[in-house]
Amino acid sequence: MSEGEQDAVLVARCREGDGEAWRALVERYSRYVYAIATRGFGLTGDDAEDVFQETFTRAYLHISGLRQDVAVRSWLAQVTRRLAIDRIRMRARDQPDAALDADMRGAEPSIEQIDAALDVHIAMATLPEHCHEILDRFFARDESYRKIAHDLDVPMGTIASRIARCLDKLRVQLEGKNLPDSPVR
Amino acid sequence: MPDTSATQIAKLISLLPPAPAAWVQTAQSLPELRASLDDLVEQWRAEGKERGKTLEDLERALAQQGVDAEPHVVRYVRLSLDD
Repeated sequence: MSEGEQDAVLVARCREGDGEAWRALVERYSRYVYAIATRGFGLTGDDAEDVFQETFTRAYLHISGLRQDVAVRSWLAQVTRRLAIDRIRMRARDQPDAALDADMRGAEPSIEQIDAALDVHIAMATLPEHCHEILDRFFARDESYRKIAHDLDVPMGTIASRIARCLDKLRVQLEGKNLPDSPVR
Repeated sequence: MPDTSATQIAKLISLLPPAPAAWVQTAQSLPELRASLDDLVEQWRAEGKERGKTLEDLERALAQQGVDAEPHVVRYVRLSLDD
């Protein structure tokens, strides 16, 4: 089943009031919404949390009106972007320096890169669980070799080679998919 | 040519750290929030009396109904009434 088809199933179940499906949808897209707010727009603290929660609350309240179930991903991105921009404008009115900060965020990833990152995470979820976990812990959660070795109960000296093998499996999985041409800064 | 080097893939993985667990749990609890508040929201919507009121008014109105006016609760009610 494609990513869009999986989304469509989740959205259809959410529309019927299935709480488990809603929790799964939030789990599936929480990192994406969080990354757009915090990395794409540089929001922090209460601003980031407000945008995150308002995005999901709007999604929950309006999911029955979603025209295409498969479009939930782009819909969430659009809502998050709009709310983040509103928040930045509001801050700029209250604190002119905040607008300057936003203008200087040249080193942050683009929304296109965050989209590509989500594709990678979705592909990661199809790997064997041990690969998914070790890649997520090391790269996304920034955990040390020591912590990973301790938590997974594997020798610390094998962590680097395990990561390399799992990255290679993921690379094979991703070949043929449309990752962005330009490297992430 | 798309860049599928290990370095690029590693960087893309790192772009999506987990959201704070408490934020995720709050968002996931919306069905329970709906179940506990929808009678009140329907009543207020029918009366039309809370529409357009300030957040402070809404917090006060929730407190008068014995509802703990936490930010996510106020947000849910505000957005429900805005529909």
